[in-house]
Amino acid sequence: MEIGLNHYLVVGLLVFLAGVFTVLTRRNAIGVLMGVELVLNSANINYIAFSRFGTGGLEGQIFSIFVIMLAAAEAAIGLAIVLGIYRKFQTIDVEEVDSLRG
Amino acid sequence: MTNPILVDYLRWIVLAPLLGAAINGLAGAWLQKRVGRHAVTAVALLPIGIAFALAVKGFLQLLSIEPEQRFLLDSVSKWMHIGHLKVDMAFWLDPLSSMMTLVITGIGGLIHLYSVGYMSEEPSYWRYFTYLNLFTAAMLTLVLGDSLLTMFVGWEGVGLCSYALIGFWHREWANASAGSKAFITNRVGDFGFVLGMFGLFWALDRTGQGTVVFRELAQRVHLLDGQTIAGLAAATFVTLMMFVGATGKSAQIPLYVWLPDAMAGPTPVSALIHAATMVTAGVYMICRLNFLFDMAPTTLHVVAAIGTLTAFFAATIGVAQWDIKKVLAYSTVSQLGFMFIAMGVGAYTTGVFHLFTHAFFKACLFLGSGSVIHALHHEQDMRHMGGLKKYMPITFWTFLLSTLALCGIPPFAGFFSKDEILWKAFSSPLGSPVLWAIGTLTAGFTAFYMFRQVFLVFYGEYRGSPGGHGHGHDDHGDDHGHATTAHDDGHGHGGHHGDPHESPALMTIPLVILALGAVLTGFLNVPGALGGHHVFDQWLAPVIAKAAHGEGHGAHGAPAAVARGHGVEAAVEHEAKVLEHDLETVEHDVEDATWEYLLMAVSVTVAFGGILLAWLMYRRKSLDPSTFSEAWSGGPYRAVYNKYWIDELYDATVIRGTLALSNLLATFDRVVVDGIVNGAGWVVRQVSALEGAFDRGVVDGLVNLVGSTSLALGNRARALQTGHIYSYLYAIVIGVVVVMFARLL
Repeated sequence: MEIGLNHYLVVGLLVFLAGVFTVLTRRNAIGVLMGVELVLNSANINYIAFSRFGTGGLEGQIFSIFVIMLAAAEAAIGLAIVLGIYRKFQTIDVEEVDSLRG
Repeated sequence: MTNPILVDYLRWIVLAPLLGAAINGLAGAWLQKRVGRHAVTAVALLPIGIAFALAVKGFLQLLSIEPEQRFLLDSVSKWMHIGHLKVDMAFWLDPLSSMMTLVITGIGGLIHLYSVGYMSEEPSYWRYFTYLNLFTAAMLTLVLGDSLLTMFVGWEGVGLCSYALIGFWHREWANASAGSKAFITNRVGDFGFVLGMFGLFWALDRTGQGTVVFRELAQRVHLLDGQTIAGLAAATFVTLMMFVGATGKSAQIPLYVWLPDAMAGPTPVSALIHAATMVTAGVYMICRLNFLFDMAPTTLHVVAAIGTLTAFFAATIGVAQWDIKKVLAYSTVSQLGFMFIAMGVGAYTTGVFHLFTHAFFKACLFLGSGSVIHALHHEQDMRHMGGLKKYMPITFWTFLLSTLALCGIPPFAGFFSKDEILWKAFSSPLGSPVLWAIGTLTAGFTAFYMFRQVFLVFYGEYRGSPGGHGHGHDDHGDDHGHATTAHDDGHGHGGHHGDPHESPALMTIPLVILALGAVLTGFLNVPGALGGHHVFDQWLAPVIAKAAHGEGHGAHGAPAAVARGHGVEAAVEHEAKVLEHDLETVEHDVEDATWEYLLMAVSVTVAFGGILLAWLMYRRKSLDPSTFSEAWSGGPYRAVYNKYWIDELYDATVIRGTLALSNLLATFDRVVVDGIVNGAGWVVRQVSALEGAFDRGVVDGLVNLVGSTSLALGNRARALQTGHIYSYLYAIVIGVVVVMFARLL
């Protein structure tokens, strides 16, 4: 069986759902960040797949490199925020950090 | 009048007394307290001495020059140069101002000296001398100023100082109000002066020749010919207004009322201001502007009429007064009237000569009365005097000599000056026998009231209470008690026993000098009919347009004005004419001499008649004064005693009128003007209230509505902000799902 676009898209969907699930279920802030990474990577898989099978040229690959770079920056800032939260609240449990409540 | 000789010392005549006033005014209280009264005295007297010395210097310098060239000018600085108006701060000395300066600094100096004795117990000694020096400076500015404007500075200055000096003992209401009365009455006259000055400048400025400088006025005054102001000939209008000013300053009808009240001031002040200097300002001004008055015969008639009326009127009031100073005050008003008669008949030098002699004998009389008042501890009622001859011989003799001079008894000064006036009133083309008759009658009254005073004060028995201090001030009869605060009974005269005593030398020396003047000054102007040469008239001749030479030749205005109008040649021509006049005058004198002798004899007889009457009534007592006072059921006496109710008349008309008008205006103000203002305020308030309600209800309501809506929405919306990351994430996921399903649908 020829591996086509749909296979990639399914993998991407699975990764995306795993990411969303992680984000929604983890109470640990770092876990949430990791879920976000999964969501971003699922988007990358879609970009690459459409780049390979579509007619759009190399834009999808360039975008995916942008996203990787963005994810790295996001991880760095996200971890810095998590450290800040830890210093302030002595915890990284997102359930207990709710001082932005309106 | 040709080019003036420039000098630079005239300013010091004015500045020296001004400096004295400044030093005493600023540091006098300190000086008096720390250094002593003699320091204040020195500061006050030295400048007068300097001024007198400079006045003499100026006089001598004038003497050394040709009569027609006698004109010194000291231009201090530019003052105001606006458009055509060019006025400098400049002082000039010509024969007239030289004479006045000598009188002011000379007699003024004697009065300063006298004041040292008279005011020796005064707590505000320094303040007195400050005012006195300031007054002298102002008076000197008045006579030395070379323009009407500079003169006006002095004119106002003397008014101010006289206010300060009359009200010197200001703790007593009567004194303070007398000062105000003098000031306000003078202001009425000053208004006339200002109008006259403006009118003169304006009329001249229409020809492009506007000026207020005297020497230029003299040359340009002919330009007024044919001009009119307010329907009157310009010259007539200007001179009438100037004369209004003169009536204020020189206490003529109708503005004389302040002078009798001015006796509230210290007696030396009365002598200085109300006899020798300030009151003569009007006479001086008319003489200074003689070229202008010559152009307005109408005004001259008015001047003569007012002068005659005032002279007679005041003399009759003087007959019934009991206050020693009031008698002299009315006598002064009366004598000033004589001077105005002379002015009115165009005999300017004669009037000024009377001013000159009067300054001596009236100053002496005032100072003599001051000496009496001083000795009797501020008693002024003649009914409480008497027999003072033996206690105060020097005062008595000087007083008697001056009285004789005032009554016009030959050979005393007043005889020459007053008789000359009467003669001019009779013989001048502007004069008339009526003026002469009233003048002579007035002279009789003068002799009567003056000798009534002499007999009441110096003869008979002393009628004062022997305790000396005892009598209060409430029996003065005229409510002008003097300075009880400053001169409480029992001051410095410790050991005083009942009898009055002669005043100290500081006070008697000026009396003696002035009395000598009263006796001798008359000889300066012995009339031709008595073999004299009119020295005084000749001295003043360059000042007077037609030079008072021609008795009866004064062709008024035109020729003299033309002569002045055309420079030097014309002046030479004019001089030639004057010489001709002289010759004519000599011939004329011979013709008129008989008349002159006759009139002289009549006036002297009348004067002696007055004296005789006074002697019969108050010395020999064979004639009861009540036969006169009760004649016609006492009506005339009451009228005279109450000063013809003029004060009451003014009170009822002018003062009450002003007050009523003020009240009316105040009511108008309160009702109408305030009503309008308050109404406007009310309307604005109502509009504002309405606007406020709109603002509160609608505008604020809208704003608040927006605010409260936002608040309510916010309150609802804040529930969304849980602060829990997962709730946001759920929202995101749900959002994504919704978007995806929306796509699918």
